[in-house]
Amino acid sequence: MTDNDEQLLKTALYDLHVELGGKMVPFAGYSMPVQYPMGIMEEHKHTRHQAGLFDVSHMGQVRISGDNAALALERLMPVDVVNLGEMKQRYALFTNEKGGVMDDLMVTNAGDYLFLVVNAACKEQDISHLHQHLGDDCEIEVLEDYALLALQGPEAGAVMARLAPKSQDMVFMTAAQIDIDGVECFVTRSGYTGEDGFEISVPNKQAEQLARTLLVQPEVEPVGLGARDSLRLEAGLCLYGHDLDTETTPVESTLLWALSKSRRADGERPGGYPGDDIIMSQITDGVSRKRVGLKAQGRMPVREGAVLVDADDQEVGVVTSGGFGPTVEGPVAMGYVKTDYIAIDTVLFAMVRDKKVEVTVSKMPFVEQRYYRG
Amino acid sequence: MSTLGFTDDHEWVVAEDDGTALVGITDYAQEQLGELVYIELPEVGTEVEKGDAVAVIESVKSASDLMMPVSGEIIEINDELDGDPGKVNEDPMGAGWFLKVKLSDDSELDDLMDEVSYQEGLE
Repeated sequence: MTDNDEQLLKTALYDLHVELGGKMVPFAGYSMPVQYPMGIMEEHKHTRHQAGLFDVSHMGQVRISGDNAALALERLMPVDVVNLGEMKQRYALFTNEKGGVMDDLMVTNAGDYLFLVVNAACKEQDISHLHQHLGDDCEIEVLEDYALLALQGPEAGAVMARLAPKSQDMVFMTAAQIDIDGVECFVTRSGYTGEDGFEISVPNKQAEQLARTLLVQPEVEPVGLGARDSLRLEAGLCLYGHDLDTETTPVESTLLWALSKSRRADGERPGGYPGDDIIMSQITDGVSRKRVGLKAQGRMPVREGAVLVDADDQEVGVVTSGGFGPTVEGPVAMGYVKTDYIAIDTVLFAMVRDKKVEVTVSKMPFVEQRYYRG
Repeated sequence: MSTLGFTDDHEWVVAEDDGTALVGITDYAQEQLGELVYIELPEVGTEVEKGDAVAVIESVKSASDLMMPVSGEIIEINDELDGDPGKVNEDPMGAGWFLKVKLSDDSELDDLMDEVSYQEGLE
């Protein structure tokens, strides 16, 4: 074992991953299972057909409380937090002064506090960002001793209903404090696969017990980070650090749906977040490049970093995420292209190992989203 | 008579008396890579040097290179892998072979490990 491995952090489920035969790899400072013996392809398909259990405890969980916590948090994001109903969840973005994205996250109004889930690789930055801008007004608590499990797939609802009947009242992007087979958990009905599913925040001490309870359900198999990536890619969801970064605005990322009406130029609380002038003028005036979905013929995956050219070999963009979609049964990718080339069915070429591979601008998600909306 | 040899990079070589050799990846390699989705092979007639990256092996997650364990001219490729890369997962030392090469330097075979040394190296 090298020094590097020894420094890696472990989640509360580390021993369980090893016991299940998980192939452990370094990810955002943690030792995480990229796959189990079933393999990425089968884990992916199992999640689409039944239910997969993911350990996402490396992500940051933060509670923000205070009389005006929602209004304070709005200073950091182009998102309506003030009118986010109790036990409702919303996708959000921390922006920077250039209108770029520092991180994408989930915000839940848990009643007494706001519950945030941020990316593992960004969590230290995000926490200091929160302290710097909200520290005077709010209490910020990092939930170091909580694990986060995701149960995803069309059978996730049936599995949860069996163990926690209260979960049946939940619809997509809502939250509840729920007892799952004797373990008190904070649950949201959301995820990162395009499927129905739940994310479950549970104290570290009870995480393994809960994971084992879920894994003995006949529909559930453990799924690693490899399939998590191929599932989110097919679902057209952005991966921070790849499809989103500090140099790219949410308007360019075609995340206009995430920019709340009330925070836009003609809204009740316009602007007032980092980069507001740039983002609001881009909403009005447009942008020169945008994120699109890409599909290729044949089976050869087009991966991150591949340059996109037009028929005349003029560079028009770049691939930011790409791979083989096990459900699509073919290569899928997303990338940024000049706005002249964003129309669906536009034919472009990805440069893969000095060869031109034909790709077609395609509608995302690549698979139908199957969220439970009641 | 044929001789079987292995590299540190988990390729195998079966050299024949007629100066040709088959090349593929080991069972350990295919297991590490996981289910393969695409394999890009070189063109027949290509002259390659030992150490050249001649083929690309794509799994769901990543792309890896097949490094030539020996030098020579590619005289045949396994066309079956184009439609069915899973052959490498199922039978890496048999139906999942990658390519056949006409050796330009027989002495390179001496640098390969025998099966016992290769297996020991995995432990």
